[in-house]
Amino acid sequence: MTRVYDDKGKAMPVTVIEAGGNTLLQIKTKEKDGYSGIQVGFDKQKESRIGKAMLGHFGKAGSEPKKRVAEFRLKEDAGADSIDLKLTGFQAGQFVDVVGHSKGKGFQGVIKKHNFDGQGASHGSMMHRRNGAIGNRSTPGRVWKNMGMPGHMGDRNVTVQNLKVLQVREADNVLLITGAVPGPNGGYVVIRPAKKRPAPAAA
Amino acid sequence: MNIINAIEKEQLKDNAAKFKVGDSVRVHTRVIEGDKERIQIFTGIVIGRKGTGVNENFTVRRISYGEGVERVFPLHSPRIAKIEVEKAGVARRAKLTYLRERKGKQAMAVREQRA
Repeated sequence: MTRVYDDKGKAMPVTVIEAGGNTLLQIKTKEKDGYSGIQVGFDKQKESRIGKAMLGHFGKAGSEPKKRVAEFRLKEDAGADSIDLKLTGFQAGQFVDVVGHSKGKGFQGVIKKHNFDGQGASHGSMMHRRNGAIGNRSTPGRVWKNMGMPGHMGDRNVTVQNLKVLQVREADNVLLITGAVPGPNGGYVVIRPAKKRPAPAAA
Repeated sequence: MNIINAIEKEQLKDNAAKFKVGDSVRVHTRVIEGDKERIQIFTGIVIGRKGTGVNENFTVRRISYGEGVERVFPLHSPRIAKIEVEKAGVARRAKLTYLRERKGKQAMAVREQRA
């Protein structure tokens, strides 16, 4: 992440995401695969690190081995020449959702995991970071679903919705998106147009 | 990481940072009111600088109507039109937080003896 001054001179926190360089690997059609979509690959991978089955698959697409492969559903079957994987598909000012894999935090208590308040430190309380009561009495006589409890935190797929695209830098193959994004530095994410915002008018 | 460095470098002002801690400065800031833009000047002593590159900030302190006022500016912000040095000061420390405890005339001047 870094910061960028926008046109009003306001400093905006941005995440720099490399988004060019996707390769089309396969077009899925309703007839053959039961649904429409495309499969794309991103980032080089050493040939020795890839199984023979996938090597054949990459070879068929005329592509070098890729580190990450992802599929995107389409509404209708698409022809190979109608697919544009350049990052100019996004425009500045557009809202996007970013899907990533969050950093693992291990086994965590309720204060860190569910933002509980904990208990007092002093006056002989002897109870500091515990979760406290988890329910009522004989009505309902059970613990509600989704009760916050300690457990494993992070290391799961997370979607951050409605982040604004601040700049599309075609020369650098890079998008600047406001705010933070799940996952470590150098992690992989999927960027899609925001589901809860209207799509921008085509440029 | 190189691309991040490149993005940050683009935003740096070449002519910024020609002042030191202890200097008395006039900071010309662009203020946007409605659709009009005007320049507002904040005068005071630079009592500290922190951060590097695009994240560098500096703090200016002045006494306004008997009340101490501090303002933190991002050094490379496009909203800062100009920084003038009114009077160079001699400071022997990086942060002049001790000025906060001073009153009257003493709070307005930095005069530290060089060893």
